[in-house]
Amino acid sequence: MSQSDAHIVILGAGHAGGTAAALLRQYGHTGPITMVGEEPIPPYQRPPLSKAWLKGEADADSLALKPLEFYPEQNIDFRPNLKAVKLARSDKLVTLSDGSTVSYDILIIATGMRAIRLPIEGVDLEGVLTLRTAADAEAIKAALGPGKRLAIVGGGYIGLEVAASARALGAEAVVIEREARILARSACEPLSNFFHGYHLDRGVQFVLGASVSGFVGEGGKVAGVRLADGRVEPCDLVLLGVGAIPNDEIARDAGLECARGIVVDLEARTADPSVFAIGDVTHRPMPHYGRMFGPESVPSALEQAKQAASAITGRPAPSPEVPWNWSDQYDLKLQIAGLPFDADRVLLRGDPASGKFAVFHLKGDQVQSVEAINSPPEFMMGKQLIANRKPVNTDKLADPTVSMKEVAA
Amino acid sequence: MAKITYIEHDGTEHVVDVKNGLTVMEGAVKNNIPGIDADCGGACACATCHVYVDEAWQDKTGSTSAMEDSMLDFAENVEPNSRLSCQIKVSDALDGLVVRMPESQH
Repeated sequence: MSQSDAHIVILGAGHAGGTAAALLRQYGHTGPITMVGEEPIPPYQRPPLSKAWLKGEADADSLALKPLEFYPEQNIDFRPNLKAVKLARSDKLVTLSDGSTVSYDILIIATGMRAIRLPIEGVDLEGVLTLRTAADAEAIKAALGPGKRLAIVGGGYIGLEVAASARALGAEAVVIEREARILARSACEPLSNFFHGYHLDRGVQFVLGASVSGFVGEGGKVAGVRLADGRVEPCDLVLLGVGAIPNDEIARDAGLECARGIVVDLEARTADPSVFAIGDVTHRPMPHYGRMFGPESVPSALEQAKQAASAITGRPAPSPEVPWNWSDQYDLKLQIAGLPFDADRVLLRGDPASGKFAVFHLKGDQVQSVEAINSPPEFMMGKQLIANRKPVNTDKLADPTVSMKEVAA
Repeated sequence: MAKITYIEHDGTEHVVDVKNGLTVMEGAVKNNIPGIDADCGGACACATCHVYVDEAWQDKTGSTSAMEDSMLDFAENVEPNSRLSCQIKVSDALDGLVVRMPESQH
């Protein structure tokens, strides 16, 4: 059998799995494709769930990566409401949650991550939610509105985006963060401070340096968040935004190497040549940084979908990408390029008070990463500087009156 | 509804009907037309949905926002008729629109 007749089974119908299926057809794969998804709906975009969708500015159709008819038209057997429970690599066979089995020639694991539910008292009360799926977002949306108070546990990007959306819907929002500053793990201090101030000015409340010991309920429904010092923050709804863990158990159980996620190479292939893994479930090499990492982002999922589809169809590998990501809150657009690994200096370009600035993370005179607020030139040029490793004049970079084109010249 | 012709860099043409209210980017992505990556899904955050709008259609596709201008300014192979297709909303007025794609999306 030639590779183009191979039966490709994709486990997971998220951004990574859906994109891989579409790209395989775009790249000319003619053999059968089966895509197994745990959710009832075909692949959709998750980023708007905390933003436009929550605010009612997007509907299910606009979220969908492709219309439902795309899958039969492209001869992609999309099988919803199912997940894989066992992988037998020696037989190239996957057992699904309904007890049925599906055999593959090539397997792509794209099972993503799941939100962490803290193992503390009251976590199972009604109204203690996480945000990962459209159904999660629907539940949050239904419970939010004027007069409601949302408590967000964890001051990361998802929590902050939901806080902004909650304010837009007329609800109160309080962010409870264990660290002394929000975005402690994902952003540098100037950026944390900027977002903190911006949210404060828009009525979001913060409790920093506070750990959560449990949730208080009334009639089975959450009514407050209990802090370690005994204080209770009253609320109508809780969003747990404390991170996610990879759904890599099926690979672990099948003896595939896993770190924080399934270990893959630059073709998104595991040590088993017939098994690929893509998206949030992977621990992958990062070109430009010489290390393994799990970026947990849509662009990374898309990149790996391209890597896998290219390898399977015999196309040249995509050129090494600069990791990037974005976040929208209120009228702010944050664009991040690169990863701040090995940086020895943080350089601020522009004045945060103007609502338009960028933070560069430098290693010597090379840009490792940039966080740009409402500053597309800094993002776009920063991305190019990361890719071409060109040394920059840091005096020019620190001076916002010198254009980014001149900085990079 | 508008009939839109998407022309890949190698000359391959795709003619599809796109519903009003969608963007020109969504018209391509939902029909699996290669050449428009649209990594950010339409948030004007990535400049990977760059197209060239045929001259006759430039007025009808409207003007660019500061954000779009700024993103385009740093994209590759930019021409005076370059647009980010996620920022062009489809309406009856765009029936017959022709857009061409650059060699690559970065």
